[in-house]
Formats: sequence, C-alpha cells, structure tokens
Amino acid sequence: MKIGYYPGCTLKSRAKNLEDAAIASLARLNVEAVELERWNCCGAVYSLADDDLIHLLAPVRDLIRAKDQGFDKVLTLCSMCYNTLARANLLMKDDEEKRNTINTFMEEESDYAGEVEVVHMLNFLRDEIGWEKLRQVVKHPLADLKLAPYYGCTLTRPREVTIDPAVNPVIFKDFVEALGATFVNFDHATECCSSYQMISNPETALKTASEIIASAQSQNADALILSCPLCEYNLGRRQDAILEKHGGLKPLPTYYFTQLLAVALGLEPSVCRFDLNPPTSAQLLQQKGLLAQTAA
Amino acid sequence: MPIVISDQTVIQDFVRKVEEISGEKISKCMQCGTCTGSCPMIAEMQISPRRIVLLTKFGQQEQVTGANTVWLCASCHTCLVRCPRGLDLPKVMEAIRLVTLRMNENYIEPFEIDSETIEDLPPIALVSCFRKHTA
Repeated sequence: MKIGYYPGCTLKSRAKNLEDAAIASLARLNVEAVELERWNCCGAVYSLADDDLIHLLAPVRDLIRAKDQGFDKVLTLCSMCYNTLARANLLMKDDEEKRNTINTFMEEESDYAGEVEVVHMLNFLRDEIGWEKLRQVVKHPLADLKLAPYYGCTLTRPREVTIDPAVNPVIFKDFVEALGATFVNFDHATECCSSYQMISNPETALKTASEIIASAQSQNADALILSCPLCEYNLGRRQDAILEKHGGLKPLPTYYFTQLLAVALGLEPSVCRFDLNPPTSAQLLQQKGLLAQTAA
Repeated sequence: MPIVISDQTVIQDFVRKVEEISGEKISKCMQCGTCTGSCPMIAEMQISPRRIVLLTKFGQQEQVTGANTVWLCASCHTCLVRCPRGLDLPKVMEAIRLVTLRMNENYIEPFEIDSETIEDLPPIALVSCFRKHTA
C-alpha cells in the first residue's frame, strides 16, 4: 500500500525520532509512505480570524501538492500539522466563498475543494491496519510497561477534526494495548501543555507542564507517550527545568508513539533515534530488556 | 478595582471589530462560566475568560486588551468543546489579540529570545509563537 506523506518542518530537524521510527514501522507493515514533493510549512497553527485567508495558503498548497501527485489521502505524524491541514481542508470543502477566493488568488495552482483526506498516523493504524492485525505482528510486546498516552490539544480539538471522540478518546489506549503494554489513564491526558507559551510565558508553561507530569505519575505511569513535537519539547526536553522548579516530581521518560511502535515491531533500535529523547527514555527500555540490541 | 461603565469607557467599535474578526456573535454567551472552569491557564489570568466576554460585550477595550488573558490563551479549544452555547471563544480570543497586533504592537519581541533557546526549540514552537504573539 502507498500513501502520500506530509512530514512538516519539525520532523526534518528536532523530531527525526518521530519520523524515522514511523517510516520504518510503516515499511514493516508493508506501507510505503511517499513524501510529497515540494511540500512547505503548514503554518503550525490554523488561523482563527475570519478575515485572514493569507495564512491558509500554506496548508492549502500542501493539500494541492497531494492531490496533484495523485493521492487521495495524506498522512501526518505531527499533531499540529495534522490539525492545521485538516482544518484548512475542511474549510476548502465547506466554505464556497473562501474556497473561490483562495483558488482565484493561487491561479498558478490547480483548483482545490477538499478532495484529499488528511489522516493522522493513529487513525491510519486503526482504520487501515487494524488493532488486531497490529497485535499479531508485534514481535516484542511491551508487556512490562505502564504507558500514559498524552493527547494534548490538537489531536482531539476542535470536534470537526478530532481523531476520536473529543471527550474521552480511546484511540491511544487501543494503540498501547495493541503493543502489549498496560494503558494508564490520567486526568491531564487532554489538557494543554501550554504549547508556544514556553517561549512567551515560560514560568506559566513550566507549571502547566509539571501538573501533567504529576498527574501521570500519580497513576504510576512509567512513561508518557506523545505525538506532538511541541508537547515533547515542553514535557520531555524541558523536563530538567520542570523538575528543578517543581519539587517532588521524579523524571518521567517520554516517547513518541512511533518509537514504541518500532520497538514492539522488533525493528533496529537505531531507527528510533533515542539520542534525541531525554536520557531516561532509552534507560527505561534497557531496564525492561527492550533495547538489548543497542546494549550489545 | 471596580470597572466603570460610562460614555468614556465604552468603545462600541471594539465589539464590532471583535465580532467582525472572529465571525462570532458575542451575544451568544449566557455567562455560565464553563469556559473559565475549563481553562488550563485560569490560575495565571488577570481576568477570566467569562469576564473577557462580558467586558467585550460592554465595549471595555482597555480592560480587555490590557489584561494578560488573551496572551495566555494557547487556543487549546477546551472551552469551545464544552461551551453549551457553541460560542467559539478561541476565535474571540484571537480577534482580541489581533486588535492589538494589527496596531503593530508585538506581545513578544523575537530578537529578545536568546540564540541558545532558538537553537533548542522545535520549528513549530517558533512559528506558532510568532503567529500568535507578533504582528
């Protein structure tokens, strides 16, 4: 099976660990993710102003690339790219007036009316592969791990683009269980990690992030699982600052969901790029005997 | 401090601008406070999201744009999912931010972020921050 794939900027720099593990895992599942040619930044956030169409050009151009290159679906891994592309797509489908303005403005491009479906990888795994099949191909079940999946904001909100019910989503639970791990539910699974406020209001952001880590730890989670590189920055990369500022917390390893998928599928640990995670992430897997190949 | 609502403090044009930019009808709000109860940033906000809507309705531009509220909102959309009246508050918050940003006033200055931090940040953090907090 082939599917068009939109990586986005961050997956080509800081979040290579999200991308490499995904592409290798998909290949193991006999799926070829074909990177779109000439993709550009999606803009990271969907414009919420009614009179602002200029910021829609970037995501719509990406969707046009997918259509022109013959894909009826485009796969995304980053939660923010997923959200931005899916919302732009919905607008092009539903709002005739804005669609006409955008199409006329970009006269050098083909006309677009929302023909391509934007899919997040978790949806792809559920709908195209299926949890049962995934369970069957898992080589190293993550039996000894208690994992707390963190959805954040952009996978489930707003309702029009949610990848699962916006309230009490279960898709991440099904994923974790398909890999053989124990699912840990926690109160803050869909709370905001403070996003880009880590730049503008770092004190507030560190506090918000510390509450998420505390909430997961209160349910005895071994690790957090993420899909968004900005959540990873706030909860993983900035974790030392969080622990220093907010006492009483222990280090909590963080993983992208694609990394754990690759480990469970028995792929070479090198595709997981654990060097880009906090050091505790690889250590936990080593302790559990899930990274034996790296140790050797 | 009490807020005085008088000819001097009511800016009718503010309501019109916010409604025009957001595409939302502020009058939809019935002041139930679900947004405030749902907001993950509430502890740090000078004026709660419910009161932001109320004060906007009363044309209190100075109070509304002077508070840190709209700058702490990260558009997480929890309030929208829970609003019983279907008011798209994230769009209202964006409109209020834009009333300031479109006067060419930045909330943060990109050149003040040190290069080490920039080096470390994922590109989506910078792009989203500049989209939301700079003109």
